[in-house]
Amino acid sequence: MNPATTDNWAQVEAAAQAALTPEIVSFIAACRAKPHPESHLIAVLHRVQEHFGYLGQAQMDAVAQLLRVPAARVSGVATFYHYFRLQPRGRFMINVCMGTACYVKGADRVAARFREELGIDFGQTTTDGQFSLHDAACLGTCGLAPVVMINDKVYPRVTPDQVPGLLESLTAPAPA
Amino acid sequence: MAASVMERYREQAAAARERVQAAEGAARVRIQVGSATCENAAGAADVYDEFRKHIRATGRTDVALRRTGCTGRCSCEPIVGVLVPGQMPVKYEKVDRARAHEIFTQHVLNGTPVRPYTLDADESGTHGLEFFFCGAARCGRELTEPLQRTFEEKLRAAGVPPERVAVRQANCFGLCDPLGTGRATRVLVRPDKVVYTLSSPEDLDAIIAEHVGQGRVVERLRVADEAVGRGFFELYGDVSFFRRQTRVALRNSGVIDPESLDEALRQRAFEALARVLERGDPAAVRAEVRRARLRGRGGGGYLTGLKWDQAAAAAGDEKFIICNADEGDPGAFMDRSMLEGDPFAVIEGMLIGAYAIGAHQGFFYVRAEYPLAVRRIERALELCRAAGLLGRDILGSGFDCDLEIRLGAGAFVCGEETALIHSIEGERGQPRIRPPYPTTAGLWGRPTCINNVETFANVPAIILYGADWFAQLGTEASGGTKVFALAGKVQHTGLVEVPMGTTLREVVFDIGGGIRGGKRLKAVQTGGPAGGCLRAEDLDTPVDFDTLQARGSIMGSGGMIVLDEDDCVVDLARYYLTFSQHESCGKCTPCREGTKRMLEILERITGGQGRPEDLERLERLARLVRTSSLCGLGRAAPNPVLSTLRYFRSEYEAHVAAERTCPAHKCRALLRFEINEKCVGCTLCARRCPVTCISGERRQRHVIDQGRCIRCGVCFEVCRFEAVARR
Ligand SMILES: Cc1cc2nc3c(=O)[nH]c(=O)nc-3n(C[C@H](O)[C@H](O)[C@H](O)COP(=O)(O)O)c2cc1C
Ligand code: SF4
Ligand code: SF4
Ligand code: SF4
Ligand code: FES
Repeated sequence: MNPATTDNWAQVEAAAQAALTPEIVSFIAACRAKPHPESHLIAVLHRVQEHFGYLGQAQMDAVAQLLRVPAARVSGVATFYHYFRLQPRGRFMINVCMGTACYVKGADRVAARFREELGIDFGQTTTDGQFSLHDAACLGTCGLAPVVMINDKVYPRVTPDQVPGLLESLTAPAPA
Repeated sequence: MAASVMERYREQAAAARERVQAAEGAARVRIQVGSATCENAAGAADVYDEFRKHIRATGRTDVALRRTGCTGRCSCEPIVGVLVPGQMPVKYEKVDRARAHEIFTQHVLNGTPVRPYTLDADESGTHGLEFFFCGAARCGRELTEPLQRTFEEKLRAAGVPPERVAVRQANCFGLCDPLGTGRATRVLVRPDKVVYTLSSPEDLDAIIAEHVGQGRVVERLRVADEAVGRGFFELYGDVSFFRRQTRVALRNSGVIDPESLDEALRQRAFEALARVLERGDPAAVRAEVRRARLRGRGGGGYLTGLKWDQAAAAAGDEKFIICNADEGDPGAFMDRSMLEGDPFAVIEGMLIGAYAIGAHQGFFYVRAEYPLAVRRIERALELCRAAGLLGRDILGSGFDCDLEIRLGAGAFVCGEETALIHSIEGERGQPRIRPPYPTTAGLWGRPTCINNVETFANVPAIILYGADWFAQLGTEASGGTKVFALAGKVQHTGLVEVPMGTTLREVVFDIGGGIRGGKRLKAVQTGGPAGGCLRAEDLDTPVDFDTLQARGSIMGSGGMIVLDEDDCVVDLARYYLTFSQHESCGKCTPCREGTKRMLEILERITGGQGRPEDLERLERLARLVRTSSLCGLGRAAPNPVLSTLRYFRSEYEAHVAAERTCPAHKCRALLRFEINEKCVGCTLCARRCPVTCISGERRQRHVIDQGRCIRCGVCFEVCRFEAVARR
C-alpha cells in the first residue's frame, strides 16, 4: 500500500521530518528518486548516526516512513551491523583496535588499562557521558600497532602506561 | 571523421603531462609527503603543514610541495621525499615538525641532505650513480651474479672510486622478456632512469667507458620498454625493503598524488582502457586476462578470466560489476593502501572488467571504517567523470559505464559475495546458498561479477604489458604478484608486493628484516581468521594459492602476521575464533553454535581449566563446522584451530596436561611466579606488586602469596637478580 494514500500521511510525514534534519530528509528524497531506493537504507543510517551520534528509535521510525520500508527492516539492519549504535555515545569515542597485529603487540593489555581507568567495559559509556569504550576490528594501520582511535584521531604504538595521561589530555581544557 | 579513442586518449594524456610539467617546471625542488591513513596517524599532516609554513615564510616559488599515497613502509612513517632533478631522490623517515625544519633548512635551502634521518639510513645512496642488477631467478640468477661480480671488478680496475658508483641487487623489474630469459640481465641506473639489457663483459666495458666515464647513455644496450614499476623504483630503489619487491598492483602508490588525475595519466593510467575500447572486442579482453592466469586476490584464488567469461555468458541485458573493498581480515590493509594511494588503477580495472562482461553500472563496496579511502575514491570518480573517462560515451567510444560507492557498516561476513550483495541491496548482510552464483543471479537478480581491489588493480598492467609478461612473473598456476600486509614481530612492517612463488623466507627476512629484538621466529600466520600458521620449517615454501593450502593455511587476501617465541598459538587460535564467533551472522547452526562451543573449549584451555580430552573434542567439532557450514566464514573459521593443532599439538598438550603450562608464557592463568633462593631481599618486587601479595623482610628471601597473585608478571620484570622464576 502506498503510504501517501493513507489519510494521516501528512501528519506522519511531518512528524518524521521533525525527527530528522532537513539535510537527511532531502537526502532520503533524493534516494527515493533513484532506482532501488531501499538499497540506500544503510547510507541513510550512516548519515543519521553521523549527525545524532547514534540511531534513536524516533529516527529509525522516521527513516522507515520516509524511505517507505518496514520499520522491522530498519531495526533489522541497524542491529545487524556492528558499526551502528543504538545508544548515545560519550563525548570521546575510544576505539581500541583488537585486530591481529595489535593483539600480538599487546592490545589486550592496553584495553585492560582503559577498562580499569574508566571503570567500564567494551560497549559502555561512563556515567558522566564523557567516554565510550569500544573494541574495533583492524583499523588498517597495523604497521603502527597497537593503535587506539579516539573520535577521528589515531594514536599509534600505545602502551598501557600512556593510558592515564591520554585520558587526562583529552579532558584538559585546550591551551589558550 | 572523428578522432579515434586512442587519439583522444593520447591528446588527454599529453595535455595532462604538460600541466604536470608546467606545475613542476618552475620547481627546483619537490617535496613529497606521504598521506595515507597510517601516515596521517603517524603525524604526516603536521609535517605537511610545517613544510608549507616554511615555504611561505621563505617566499620560495621554486619549491613544490605535494602529497602522495602510502609507500608501505609503515614502521618508518611519516616518510618525506626530497627530489631534485638530476640528483638521487632522498627519502626521510619518521619525520616530525623538528625534522621537517632541519630538512628544509639544510637540504632544501642549502642542498645538503640530512643523512641521519634518511630512510633505513645505512642503505640510502650517497653515490653519484647506482646500478641495480635484477636478481630474480627468472632473469637467470646464474647469469646475473657473475656479471655483477665482473662489473664490480672492472669498476675497480678502471679506478672508479667506490663512493661514486654503487652496485646493488634488486628483485625483478617486471621487464623480463620470455625469449631473452637466461641470456641477458636487466640493469637499472639511478638517477638517470635508464634500463639496460646486458649479456656480455663487452657490454660492461661499454657501460663503464661511456656511462660511468662520460655520463653518456649507451643507446644500443638500452631497453625500449617502460618497466611497470619504474616510477616507483626510481624513487625508492635504494631502500632494501623496496628493492626486493616487484610493484605491479602498487605501481603508482607512493609515486602519484592520489587526488591528481593528471599525475596518474602521466604514469599511463587509462591507457589500457583506451586500448581495450579502441579494439572493441570484449572477448579478447577476457582471453587476455585468462591467459595472464590472474587469480582472485580476495582470497579464493578463482581465475578472474573464467569468472568474467561466466558473467559475460549469463543471460540478461543488465549486468553489474562490483569491487569488493570490504577488507575484513583483522590485520590486513593492502586494499586500503591501494585505494588511498592509487584509486585510478582500481577504477580503470573495473571499467575494463565492465566492458569485458557487458556491464554499464558498477559499485565499490567499501568498509565504513576507511573514511580516507572513501574520500579518495569519491574524488577520483569525480575527476574521471569530468574528464570523460567515466559515465556516458567513455573517450568517445560509445561505451557507457558509471560507478558508485556503497558503504558497509562493520560486518566481516559482508565480504562474502552473496552477503555483500544483500548489503548493497540495503538488507542485513546474510549469505545465501550458492549456486546460483552471482555471475548468474547476483545484485537484484542480475548477473554480477565481484572482484577484489587488488584483482582490479592488476588488470590495466596486464593489458598494457601483456598476458605473457604477467603470467611468467608468477608461477605455473598463478600469474603476477601478491601484495602482503606484513605485520607482527617483524622489523619492518608494511606493504610488500612480490612475485607469486617468492618464499616466505624472502618476505620475512630479506624484506621484513627478520624478527624484532633478536627473538626466534615461531610461525607465520597467513589468511587471517580463515587461515592458518606455517612453521619456521616451512619458510622455504614458495608462496601461492596452492602451496599454502597444501600446508593447511591459505593465501587469503594477504594478511601476514609474524609470530615469535613469546606468542602462544593456542591463544592465537582462541583470538581468531573469538573474531569468527563474533562475526558469525547466525543464519546456520553449525557456524552459530559450533564456533561458540569451540570457543568455550579454547577459553577453558587458555584459562587453565583444560582437560586432555578437550583436544579431541575440539578437533571433531572443528571438522564438523568446516564441512557443514553454509558460507565461507563458517567453513574457514576452524582453520586457525586445525592448523595449529596439526603443527603445534605439543603446545596444546602442555596446556591441558596435569601440570598445566603455557610454553610461550602468554596465557596468564597458566603462569606461576615463584621467588627462588637467588633472592637478596631488595624489596623492589614487593613495592611494585600491584596487589601487594609479596612479603618478606629486607635482606630476606621474599615469598609470593599464590592465592592473591594476579600473575601480572611485574615481579618477574623488575627483579634484577633473576630471583623470580616463571613457569
Ligand atoms: C567471510 C568472508 C569474508 C570475505 N571478505 C573479503 C574481503 O574483505 N575482500 C575481498 O575481496 N574478498 C573477500 N571475500 C571473498 C569474496 O567472497 C570473493 O570471493 C572475492 O571478493 C572475489 O573476488 P576475487 O575473485 O577478485 O578474489 C570474503 C569471503 C568470505 C567467505
Ligand atoms: S557459516 Fe556463519 S556466517 Fe556463514 S551463513 Fe552460516 S552462520 Fe552465517
Ligand atoms: S626483586 Fe628479586 S631480589 Fe628483590 S626482593 Fe624481589 S625477588 Fe628478591
Ligand atoms: S605476578 Fe604480579 S601480582 Fe603476582 S606476585 Fe608478581 S607482581 Fe604480584
Ligand atoms: S590490527 Fe590494529 S590496526 Fe590492524
